[in-house]
This record gives sequence, C-alpha cells and structure tokens, in this order.
Amino acid sequence: MKGLSLKGINKTFGKVHAVRDVSKDIHSGEFFTLLGPSGCGKTTLLRMIAGLELQDSGRIILDGEDITGLPAIKRHINTVFQSYALFPHLNIFDNVAFGLRSRKVPGVEVNKRVKNTLEMLELGEMTKRFPHQLSGGQSQRVALARALVNEPKVLLLDEPMSALDAKLRAQVQVELRRLQQKLHQTFILVTHDQDEALIVSDRIAVMKDGQIIQYGTPAEVYDFPKNRFVAEFLGSANLIEGNYRDGLFHTQIGIFELEKPPSWEKGFIAIRPEWIRISDTEPVKNGLRATVTEIIYRGTNLDISLTPGPIRLRTSTYSHIKIGDELWLDLAPKEIAVLNE
Amino acid sequence: MNKLIIWYGELITGHKLLKRGLFFLTPGMLWLILFLVLPGLILILVSFAGRGTYGDLVWEFSFENYTRLIGYGIFGWTLDYVYILFRSIWVALVTTCLSVVLSYPLCFYIAKKPLRTRYLWLTIVIIPFWTNMVIRAYAWFLILAPELPFAKLAAFLKLIPEGAPLYPSALAVYLGMISMFLPFVALPLFSSIERLDWTLVEAAQDLYASNFRIFMHAILPQTLPGLSVGIILTIVPAMGMFVVPDLLGGAKYMLIGNLIQQQFGSSRDYAFGAAISMALMILTLISLYLYKRKNRGVDLI
Repeated sequence: MKGLSLKGINKTFGKVHAVRDVSKDIHSGEFFTLLGPSGCGKTTLLRMIAGLELQDSGRIILDGEDITGLPAIKRHINTVFQSYALFPHLNIFDNVAFGLRSRKVPGVEVNKRVKNTLEMLELGEMTKRFPHQLSGGQSQRVALARALVNEPKVLLLDEPMSALDAKLRAQVQVELRRLQQKLHQTFILVTHDQDEALIVSDRIAVMKDGQIIQYGTPAEVYDFPKNRFVAEFLGSANLIEGNYRDGLFHTQIGIFELEKPPSWEKGFIAIRPEWIRISDTEPVKNGLRATVTEIIYRGTNLDISLTPGPIRLRTSTYSHIKIGDELWLDLAPKEIAVLNE
Repeated sequence: MNKLIIWYGELITGHKLLKRGLFFLTPGMLWLILFLVLPGLILILVSFAGRGTYGDLVWEFSFENYTRLIGYGIFGWTLDYVYILFRSIWVALVTTCLSVVLSYPLCFYIAKKPLRTRYLWLTIVIIPFWTNMVIRAYAWFLILAPELPFAKLAAFLKLIPEGAPLYPSALAVYLGMISMFLPFVALPLFSSIERLDWTLVEAAQDLYASNFRIFMHAILPQTLPGLSVGIILTIVPAMGMFVVPDLLGGAKYMLIGNLIQQQFGSSRDYAFGAAISMALMILTLISLYLYKRKNRGVDLI
C-alpha cells in the first residue's frame, strides 16, 4: 500500500502512557492532522514517525516497507521542527542544502534543487542571509524548504505556526494548504489549534490521552462530534444533558425532537452557537423562549448568551438585540449533534 | 557637563557621575599598575641588561640575551633554546588537543546523568583542582613506580629496562599535564554542553547527517564558546608550566618553564631569564591573536 501505516503503536515515559495503541493508515498525498491539547501524545507520535523516538511496541510501515527499526537518518521522512532548528552558523542556502549534502548529492544538482525550492517558497532573495537575520515567517519557510528539498515521502510538521502572530498564521495556513495540494505530498501536521486543523487538513485525528478519539474529514469531525471532548475542543458547543424517552429528548430547559434516536437513555446533545437561529415567531419544532443576558461584539458577528441554559449563540452584527430581550430560538433537529460517548 | 541627568533612577550631574566612576575604578587601576604594568616594564628593562660575574645585574644595554636565545652563544651556534621553545609549544598543543578530545565524552557523560548525581560527578572532576599540583605530580610517581603494573607492562614489552620506573619521560610529562589541565577544558565545555539545544542534533539526524556532520554542524558551533575558554585557559599556562615537567620530565624533557626557572634559580642569570619570559609572552600573544582571527566573533573570555 502507498502511504504510511501505524500499527498498534505504544509509548510510555516512566508511568505516563503517552501513546496508547494507535493504529491508522495515512494515504499517500494526504494532508493529515493530529489535533489535540498539549500532553495528548501527538508530538510523541510524530517523533516516532520521524525516528527520533522509539516506540515500545507496534510497527510503522512506509509504502509497504517496514521502517520500524530504522533510525531517523535512514527514513525518507523530513521534519519541520517547532523551533525550526535552523543551523545558526550556516546561511539560508547551506541550511537548505544540508540534507542533500549529507547524502552526497552532486554539487550541480544541489544548486539546482535548492534554488528551485527557495524560489518556490519565495526565498530566492535571501540565500546569503543567516537565520538570525530572518523574521519568524521567513524562518518558518526556510525550515519548510530545508525539509521539502529532500523530496521526502512524508513531511512532518510539528506545530510549525505556533511562533507566528495570528494574522501571519492565517495567511501561512492557506499557503501551506495550497503548497501541499500543488506538490501532492503526504503532510502530517501536529497542532493544538483547531482552526488550523480545519483549514489545512484532508483528514483530522483528534487525540486525547494518547489515543485517537475521533477521525474523519474536517466537516465530519466538526459537524458530528462523537463526544463532549471533541465537541468542545473543536469550536464551541452548547452541551445539553437530558433523558431520551418516548421519542423525545427531555432536558431542564425544554423538550426537543431529535433526527435520529440516540443509542442511550441518558446523555448529551451538542448544538453549535452558529447553528441556532433567532425566530420572530414560535418555531414549529424545538422552539425555546430565552432571555438575553450578555452580548459580545466580535466585529464579524455577535456572541449572545441567554438564559435558561446558559445557551450561547452567534448571529450577525446586523441584528438589533439588546440585553433583556426575550427571543424565540430555533434548535432545528437536523442541527443537533447527538454525542455517543 | 553639569547638566542634570537621570542615571538608573537617580538625579545627578555628569560631573559628579564621572568623579564617582573614577573613585570606583582607582583601586583596580592601582592594583593593575602595581602588579602587572610595572613588573612587566621592569622585565622588559632587565631583559636588555647583562649578568655580572657573581650573578648580579649589570646595567649595560645589549641584545645579547635575545641573540643567545635564538642560538648565538659563547660556545658557537646551537639551536638548544629554540628547540626547547618549540617543544614547549608542541607539548602545550598536544596537551590542549588531548584534553579537548577527552573532555567531550566526559562532559556528555556527566550531562546525561540525572540532576541529583550530576554535581557529584562534577565535584569528582574538580577535586584534583583543589589539590596542590606538586602533590599531584608526586601521585604520578606512585602510579608509574616500577612495582606497579603500568611500569611492569612497559618492561615486559621491552620499552623500558626491567625494574625501572616510567618517569622521568615524555609520557609522564603528558600524563601530568593532561591530568592538570583537563578540568580547565572540561568545566567551561560542560557549561556549554549542559545548555546544548538537542533539537539541532535531531534536525541534523532528520537531514541524514553522519555522526561527523552532526558534530561539526550541530554540536561544535554550540559548544564553541565554552571550548574557546577551555582552550585559552589550557594553552596559555601550559606553555609556561614548569612544576610538572620538572618533576615528571626531569632533565630529559626540559620545557621553557623549566629554563626560565633555572635562570632565576641555579644559574642566577636574571637578564637571560627575563628575555626568555619576554619571548614566551610574545609567542603567547601571537597565538592568541591567530586564534582570535581564526575564530572571528568568538569572545575569548
């Protein structure tokens, strides 16, 4: 099979079980993201793929070849480190050429490939500069160039955007996505930033406590969170606890209809703030009368908190809502996600 | 000059500030002038004087001491002194190089120890530091004595006659010198290695670097500050060292330090001793200059 397969990977550090029995197939040419809070084992998993950490058990297979026991220098995988780890005494050209020179690629070819890569990443002007003369965004692109010039089968990115400011980060995320689609190479990104994961990925694996707890395309993971953790970690969600009986979901704030009956009798549903609509009249189904308690102006929209609940909803800034207003909320059945766990 | 300025939160005039600065500087300046500049000048003066019949100084200006140093003596032309000079440089270089080669594995070994035992290991490295060097040199006498396995092994291999000690010899001098200077290299190097950014090593591994390339690009540049200090702290005193070569090398392995000591001691030729000292000092300054030029941007101390 083309691509990277992880089979039953385990890793412990002393008493901490950092990665628990992770198995996953990552397809060739896919932008795959490991998303999770700090300490969830995502970076450890990435380092084991790179060969910088040895797993306790499990196997790693790359394009049908078992690379479990190979050290980092023998794996056709390159990494963009969180701190970029550029060699401070080498200029940009020599930094990017490092991997090719390690493998004794002839000088003419080194020149050509480094030049092409630097031009692709719009770094052609700064070949003679040194790392300490670069801005954060430039350093990040050099780190990317240094890895990509080796044409790795898999490119690993360890939180590459964490050192950039918010505006630059948003821009780089889109660029990274475009670059990956152009090169059609396998990228594996580690991040704790859910927006970043949604923007760049083909597939997201949400990790918690060393395990992958949900896996799917960004839309699948965002629209149908399986459990409370995913619902709250990706975006925000109103979690409502209640009992399901007689085909209806009974909660403290009201009785709601669901699209599909859940597998449990007592549990949670989630509804995203932007999925709740404000209605002038009482909706046919799942209406909720609520009072505005707080309004936060966010430029592009308003975040409104209401009682009972508290329920949070997001609406356009165009609406003329004041604190104390009583509104009808429409919690349409198709917008409600039923959490399985 | 009498304008009011704010200096670290204090309202003061420039004039007062200057006076205060001079007050603080004076003790240090006096110390340097009294114990460094004046003796240095006296040494230069003495090196151009001559020796009287009874070892007293004769104030007649001549270059004789310097011409004698490069070989024009009363018994014709000989390179003995020049040879001793170059041997000193050679011994200092070899001592420094071997100390560096030994320090790297030692420092990595200690740096990998858990924090609890790390300082115990460092203390073990430092303890010889606190011991008088004459005592340390005599300790080598014991280790190299004919009754112990090292001398016996050498005798068995027919390197030395049966029942002879391993000293005085070049080997004993090197052993003594390296044990003397290893902490001078190891301690500054350790402070660099302890703060080593291992992600650079990982980045080099990730980019298919051989062990040699990893050392050259990920470890050496990061440890260069500590290494520089260690090299300077070793090579400068090693060039002038006389106790260790005197005890462990004897007359068989004379270095420039011994030669100087001899002039001020048994030979009572102060003028010639001063000239050799000047030559050593100039050589040291030249090597420091060359080192600094080669490692541009590295602060020496």
